[in-house]
Amino acid sequence: MDLQPKMEAKNMNFFYGPKQALKNVNIVCPPNKVTAIIGPSGCGKSTFIRSLNRMNDVLSSARVEGEVLLDGADIYAPGTDVVELRRRVGMVFQKPNPFPKTIFDNVAYGLRIGGFKARRRLEEIVELSLRRAALWEEVKDRLKDHAYDLSGGQQQRLCIARALAVEPEVILFDEPCSAIDPVATARIEDLIEELKKLYTVVIVTHNMQQAARVSDYTAFMMLGELMEFDRTEKIFTNPANKLTEEYITGRFG
Amino acid sequence: MERPFDEELKLLREKILEMASYAEESIALAIKCLMERREEYAAEVMQREEKINGLEIEIDDLCMKTLALRQPMATDLRFITSAMKISSDLERIGDQAVNIIENSVELLKYPLLKPLIDIPRMSGLAQNMVRDAINAFVVGDDQLARSVCQRDDQVDQLNDQIFRELLTYMIQDGATITRAVGLILIGRHLERIADHATNIGEDVIYMVKGQIIKHHCDDRPPKI
Repeated sequence: MDLQPKMEAKNMNFFYGPKQALKNVNIVCPPNKVTAIIGPSGCGKSTFIRSLNRMNDVLSSARVEGEVLLDGADIYAPGTDVVELRRRVGMVFQKPNPFPKTIFDNVAYGLRIGGFKARRRLEEIVELSLRRAALWEEVKDRLKDHAYDLSGGQQQRLCIARALAVEPEVILFDEPCSAIDPVATARIEDLIEELKKLYTVVIVTHNMQQAARVSDYTAFMMLGELMEFDRTEKIFTNPANKLTEEYITGRFG
Repeated sequence: MERPFDEELKLLREKILEMASYAEESIALAIKCLMERREEYAAEVMQREEKINGLEIEIDDLCMKTLALRQPMATDLRFITSAMKISSDLERIGDQAVNIIENSVELLKYPLLKPLIDIPRMSGLAQNMVRDAINAFVVGDDQLARSVCQRDDQVDQLNDQIFRELLTYMIQDGATITRAVGLILIGRHLERIADHATNIGEDVIYMVKGQIIKHHCDDRPPKI
């Protein structure tokens, strides 16, 4: 498969101290597509997605070999501005984690710490981000309410709006629906479908049906290795690798 | 690893097998009626037709439930979608056997037009195709399925031969038309049965290899 990458891992190895968590992984995340990473617990999928915006840097024992390219430039190259990298590559986590602030302040947070001052423009960006996160209609009259007053699903969309406010290019979702109910899950999945028009999306999920529903490409990982990467429809109807087949049909995992 | 789900797939396989055996018997009985000139086989074909119809509904129901509740993927998904298509082909085969018996019973009212040679041969070929297609499905044998598809041409040729031969009878003597048309129709039903067996063979190849070969798809690069 010849895909133009927005992000790409090339011969990537990842170590937690002496333990190797990723082995020679090569994955391409094409622009304006959703790439899903699936695999059994401990296969390295969260390690992989976290390495795409250097979230693993906070662990002193973590070490990366190989390359992770964003628009062709290695994000692990010396001199990389990690704050800028994380602005370009945003992340939404498993559990909604809004800041203990108002709804408005949550979305405005990233811009404000970046020194953004223009009040009118800030309001516009907050509205736009909340609209893109499909939350605006529900919160437009209560922007001064505390974020914790929102439901779990709304909080997750607030976190998405917060990630969108700093105008990222890539959004990483690490199990974004595992802590919310099916209706809220459906809303997030619809939202991901919308978001890919503007952004490149990478999602880690335990839920194979979710990967099948939302993604264009799927990577199946096991024991730190990439076993198969292909179009999602191919992976879920006729996978090439026996292990992929056994995993997605529930024969192990 | 054995999954609870495998029990459902096994049940589905058994139901298809049961349906196929009724379909195959129906063809044999319908042709026996014609060959032995005995009308009583008609009732037996009708009984099997009812069973086949009942099984089609059961299989559809089982497949729908499995799709909804198990959300199968990959080989499981291909197995279930193939089972649905195969059951619909088997149901059509049952219908064709009923058509044959109806034509046969009608023909019993008249003296035999000619010794029947090609029709029983064609029937034997068609029955073998159905049996092999179903065996290929049950054991997942794509080679056997492929051989079924290849045999379709033989049945088509026999059908053309029967048609040409009976046409000469009709041209020579107008009084043979009713009987000749009856036999031509039976040939046509057998030819359709072989087509359904070929469909099943194609579905089995898709199920086993994930490769679409129908409508000469094998000449093009596979999409899935």
